[in-house]
Amino acid sequence: MEAILLLFILVLSIFLGFELISKVPSTLHTPLMSGSNAISGITVVGALLTTIAASNCNDSDLRVILGVLAVAFATINVVGGYLVTDRMLRMFKKKEPKK
Amino acid sequence: MLPPTIINLLYVAASILFILGLKKLSRADSARKGNLISAIGMLVAIVAALLTADILEPQWILLGLGLGSLIGVIAAFKVKMTSMPELVALFNGFGGIASLLVGWAEFIGFGQSSEKLSLVALFALICAVLIGAVTFSGSLIAWGKLAGIIGGKPMLFRGQKFVNILLLGGMLLAGYFILAGSLSSSFVYLTAEDAFFLLMGLSLLFGIMVVISIGGADMPVVISLLNSYSGIAACSAGFIISNNVLIVSGALVGASGIILTSIMCKAMNRSLSHVLFSGFGSGAGSSTQSKTEGESKPISSDDAFLVLEAANNVVFIPGYGMAVAQAQHAVKELADLLEQNGAEVNFAIHPVAGRMPGHMNVLLAEANVPYDQLKEMDEINPVIENADVAIVIGANDVVNPAAREDPGSPIYGMPVINVDKARTCFVLKRSMSAGFAGIENPLFYKDNTRMLFGDAKESLSHLVSEFNTQ
Repeated sequence: MEAILLLFILVLSIFLGFELISKVPSTLHTPLMSGSNAISGITVVGALLTTIAASNCNDSDLRVILGVLAVAFATINVVGGYLVTDRMLRMFKKKEPKK
Repeated sequence: MLPPTIINLLYVAASILFILGLKKLSRADSARKGNLISAIGMLVAIVAALLTADILEPQWILLGLGLGSLIGVIAAFKVKMTSMPELVALFNGFGGIASLLVGWAEFIGFGQSSEKLSLVALFALICAVLIGAVTFSGSLIAWGKLAGIIGGKPMLFRGQKFVNILLLGGMLLAGYFILAGSLSSSFVYLTAEDAFFLLMGLSLLFGIMVVISIGGADMPVVISLLNSYSGIAACSAGFIISNNVLIVSGALVGASGIILTSIMCKAMNRSLSHVLFSGFGSGAGSSTQSKTEGESKPISSDDAFLVLEAANNVVFIPGYGMAVAQAQHAVKELADLLEQNGAEVNFAIHPVAGRMPGHMNVLLAEANVPYDQLKEMDEINPVIENADVAIVIGANDVVNPAAREDPGSPIYGMPVINVDKARTCFVLKRSMSAGFAGIENPLFYKDNTRMLFGDAKESLSHLVSEFNTQ
């Protein structure tokens, strides 16, 4: 039954995603893309869990190495993604009222 | 260690923060806050993951997190704004390979445990590896094209479609072998492990094949599509380990990427499959367009200055050429001088101008152009008749009137900015050579068009200095 529950969550999330960002001004297309890309670095959670499990049971070195690499790549995605998005958004300014 | 209920509650909190963050990220005045909220959500999720079980050997975790943070920080602060498309492409790829590696590590874990695998987890694993690999290799190719390491022209060869279909078939077959080999021990054609590596290799190859045939000007579509894939890959990884927060946030990213992709496709009046498989821009199929007659009329900077000085309403239309010439600061300088001179100045941005969605907006923001001065295509077209001068800087296809007038043109039907309807139109261009795809642009031969040849940045600087010496 668990699989059905997960599928349920998936379907709702997809619809939510479409609703959330159906109208984005084109000014924000790049920040939205890099910001949502940072969110896709959520794989880091999966990478951490698999690395912890692998290093605790100590059965396969390869599995640990793959896990560490996954953590590293996902972290680049997360840290770099959020920082660069912030750097971009800092530049977006409204026009100052004329004196 | 926290009990599972608390961990799951933390995941719920993270999901809420992601949703709020994305919502705020889609409005200009709250976007920065939205990004921060979503970053806090990520922190909550990571902390929750670290508190799930005892960590006997923390050095591994620290190594991964430390290395990733270091590279991420350096990349984020070192990158130039003009290189933003490359960086976004690269980050997409990293997201993809992370999901691929999680799938691989879990596959090894499955092989060692005596537990029988669920069909759903296996299916998710196949998806994570397939999509993760395609995202990774596709993004690397996109990065190479954007960085100019490999040529931006689409690479096409005979039988490409056939090879792609063959690859896709091989991937599906390998996926089936993984399922069959893992679920039943009597399956003898190929072990699940061999099939796994076959799937990974074919998927990597498929990612290369798909992106290599796409031209530079179609990159906005490809980047937003790969962005969506990186989300779907994370979502698949979530199904492998039955983790809600991965599924929710992966799906959110997947959906937002699809929305952007469809916006980009609409802006080019083409379907997604046409972008992916037609090799548009190779010069093929453009033979039917009518030959443009007439001569272009060049103008000197001095004359251009006299026209601009008398103008009350000026619209700038930037394109990829502005990014190449790094002319955004010169544009801003000229715009300021025109405003001081009493003119109304606006910037008209076509959705697919540049190499990624919103490319021009980022560059102009870097040059301190306020975002309420940036007008979308639908906003500017109804009022473009009022413009005294429309200045086209390094844009070509997005201002091509053939899209409106010539049914034989390959871009017929694509929405364009109607600069030819302005009273005068200046085109800043290096030479008369046709742009990407060699599509004829009748704009250059219109009566009210003047060509200002030369490097865009130099031409603009020249105009600026004329204003200043006055």
